[in-house]
Amino acid sequence: MHKLLTEHPGQTMLLLGNEAIARGAIEAGVAVATTYPGTPSSEISINFFQISLESNLYFEYSTNEKVALEVAAATANSGMRSMCVMKHVGMNVAADALMTLAYVGVKGGLVILTADDPYMFSSQNEQDNRYYAKLSGLPMVEPSSVREAKNMVAYAFDLSERLQEPVIFRTTTRINHSTSTVVLGEIREPKTRGDFKKDPFNYVTVPAVSRNLHIRLLDKLSQAEKISENSEYNFISGNGIWGIICNGVSYNYVSDAAKDLDIGNNVKILRIGFSHPMPQILIKEFLKGCQKVLVVEEGEPFMEETIKVLAQEEKLTLSIMGKGKDLFSRLYEFNPALVRQSIATYFDVAYKPVTVPDLSDIPEIPQRPPNLCAGCSHRATFYAVKKASEGMETICPTDIGCYTLGFLPPLAMGDFLICMGSSVGSSCGFSKVTDKKIISFIGDSTFFHSGIPGLINAVFNNHDFTLVILDNGTTAMTGQQPHPGVDMKQLNLNGYGRVSIEEIVKAVGVSHVTVIRPYRVKKSVDAIKEALNFKGVSVVISREMCTLYAKGLKKARGNPFFVSEKCKDHKDCISELACPAFFIEDNRVKIDPVMCTGCTVCAQICPEQAILPIRDKN
Amino acid sequence: MDTTRLIIVAVGGQGNLLASKVIGEAALISDVPVRMSEIHGMAQRGGVVESAIVFGDAQSTIISDGEADVLLGFEPSETLRAMNKCNLNSVVITNLAPLPPFTVTMGSSKYPSLNVLQALIRKKTAKLIAFDAAALAKEAGNVMSVNMVLLGALIQTGTAPLSAENIKEAIMKRTRKAFVESNLKAFELGFAAGKP
Repeated sequence: MHKLLTEHPGQTMLLLGNEAIARGAIEAGVAVATTYPGTPSSEISINFFQISLESNLYFEYSTNEKVALEVAAATANSGMRSMCVMKHVGMNVAADALMTLAYVGVKGGLVILTADDPYMFSSQNEQDNRYYAKLSGLPMVEPSSVREAKNMVAYAFDLSERLQEPVIFRTTTRINHSTSTVVLGEIREPKTRGDFKKDPFNYVTVPAVSRNLHIRLLDKLSQAEKISENSEYNFISGNGIWGIICNGVSYNYVSDAAKDLDIGNNVKILRIGFSHPMPQILIKEFLKGCQKVLVVEEGEPFMEETIKVLAQEEKLTLSIMGKGKDLFSRLYEFNPALVRQSIATYFDVAYKPVTVPDLSDIPEIPQRPPNLCAGCSHRATFYAVKKASEGMETICPTDIGCYTLGFLPPLAMGDFLICMGSSVGSSCGFSKVTDKKIISFIGDSTFFHSGIPGLINAVFNNHDFTLVILDNGTTAMTGQQPHPGVDMKQLNLNGYGRVSIEEIVKAVGVSHVTVIRPYRVKKSVDAIKEALNFKGVSVVISREMCTLYAKGLKKARGNPFFVSEKCKDHKDCISELACPAFFIEDNRVKIDPVMCTGCTVCAQICPEQAILPIRDKN
Repeated sequence: MDTTRLIIVAVGGQGNLLASKVIGEAALISDVPVRMSEIHGMAQRGGVVESAIVFGDAQSTIISDGEADVLLGFEPSETLRAMNKCNLNSVVITNLAPLPPFTVTMGSSKYPSLNVLQALIRKKTAKLIAFDAAALAKEAGNVMSVNMVLLGALIQTGTAPLSAENIKEAIMKRTRKAFVESNLKAFELGFAAGKP
């Protein structure tokens, strides 16, 4: 049995934040869960996926976050408790659905989880998604700890049903990827079937309907504010004339700092966990009892701005600060020492930080940048494209996935990237206004997610570029989740359809479509050359299974190579491919047989044909 | 209960996350409050994996620069890179078997001398325990058990509020059955190696 389905209420378990959130949903009787994978939220869905194989939970990997939210909007309006999980930038994709779903509301509880990523450990930006709550008018909750996160999920479902609105559940990486002990609660049996009652004047958002729905949304927002005033998740601790208002993980740093600085008798802390709408009366009363107030929140001054407005309404003149010089930045994540220092500065408390060792005499430590895996098919594709485009002036828009790493030398394939699917759309623009050859890269999962509309645009508007679709048969970057092109039977899962990338591309109207096997170097280079010479939109589908995924499916080639005596030290293998299986020992190039996957690409490009299979060694 | 802050650094694939899991489980068994946090974005692609483990009465799950009581390094150059987490009172335990990054194996950058590296760490912290954990893992019968060897050394120093018995119980509970025996042996070898 999956560990998150354990009964035994009261038992203590060590859980990752994302596991705790999934468990919270199970305890709340979640019946439907949808997602598009994205770090730092991915493990929530991986657990839902596994749980769905042995319970009544319906779970799906949807093609993108917008679809995921639309699916959940329907199931929630059929009375089923539903959860939709995404990383912060996924919310941008889902935003179109979100904004009007807020008007329509829900019948069964709907919790929308957004995992923000301050410092961008694994994201392209660090946008603060709390503003989505403000923008949409939806209630929002934010946990400060793993333990609280689990309990807050059930609270969010109850709140959603009480208000008949989706609830935004906002986390940050340090909630998702922290681990601590969690006390299990009872599991509520999920509903197994839903029903939808026709009510077009509340559900079909033509202008005349929406004008009424907006009134209703504002009414619910004021109800939500009343609930926020008395929510157990907005609480005050401590006593004193200094005030600190904080949310999320900052609360932990503030609590520790108050102890470390021994100012427990001087400071009171207002922790905001129900953060939209903010509890206005509670905050006003809190401010009135304070001499000065510090707002501690990562990201944007979301609370700070509201708090200052509330103070103005009360004609309070105390100092309220948060973001600013010598205090907090909008950049990156906070840490305990930073918060301790800022509290000491603002309230003028004596504080001597620990002495960080002087590291100026430490020799330069070699960097350890992430690299495409040994035998990665993307490396083979990038190499072939590089060879095929030799002598051309190119611009190479790329996209989001493992293959983004191809922008690093020596492959150096990747010139522009803003979001999922942007490789295709931006190719349209570059090809229109520059005289360079545009070659763009997109992965299979990303193509399904948001590459298709750009490609249709390119055909319709008659753009001129070559799109290389890197089809490695899985969503590799986030942990090998399936996508619509995956053969689910390989995973022993039945009841799934399968969508062919090739057929989509052809159906869209791309007239030059080729499929290559990137491990066949010469054939691939020739086919890509032909595609590059085609005037108009051409597509090359480069198909080879992700090496890690192949290993997992026991389909790895497993026939490693070695560098024989014939090697004349050209080092093409290293300077052009830079596969991590190579190393240099005694000035000779060698291959680590444990890492080598036997892809044969280096053997094909070696000018002396010196790289041979180990099995031929004797 | 006093707070103890432990940082573990490793290269993807060295079993850092399993080591953290064992520590967490041992803390659960012995009723020691524990909070952990990990950054493993690119672990499968040769990147660095860092875990922060906070024992005792603190709510934070991360550790600021200069505030680690103990630094456990699975790879010597990564131990050196994480020195910004230490202070003059920190205890450092490091494996001495290098896993040179790609930039070094390709000849484009130089790996620091192990002697220089140890002298520097000794100078800047209270105590350094350094040994070849890979050799001991091999001796234990599983080259992948470097993580368990280093756990052994950690427990021997007494810097973490956990007993050898608790860790062994957690190893039996949390590591794959086929490897429990070699993991326990690796732990014992590391425990002995950690002795002053």
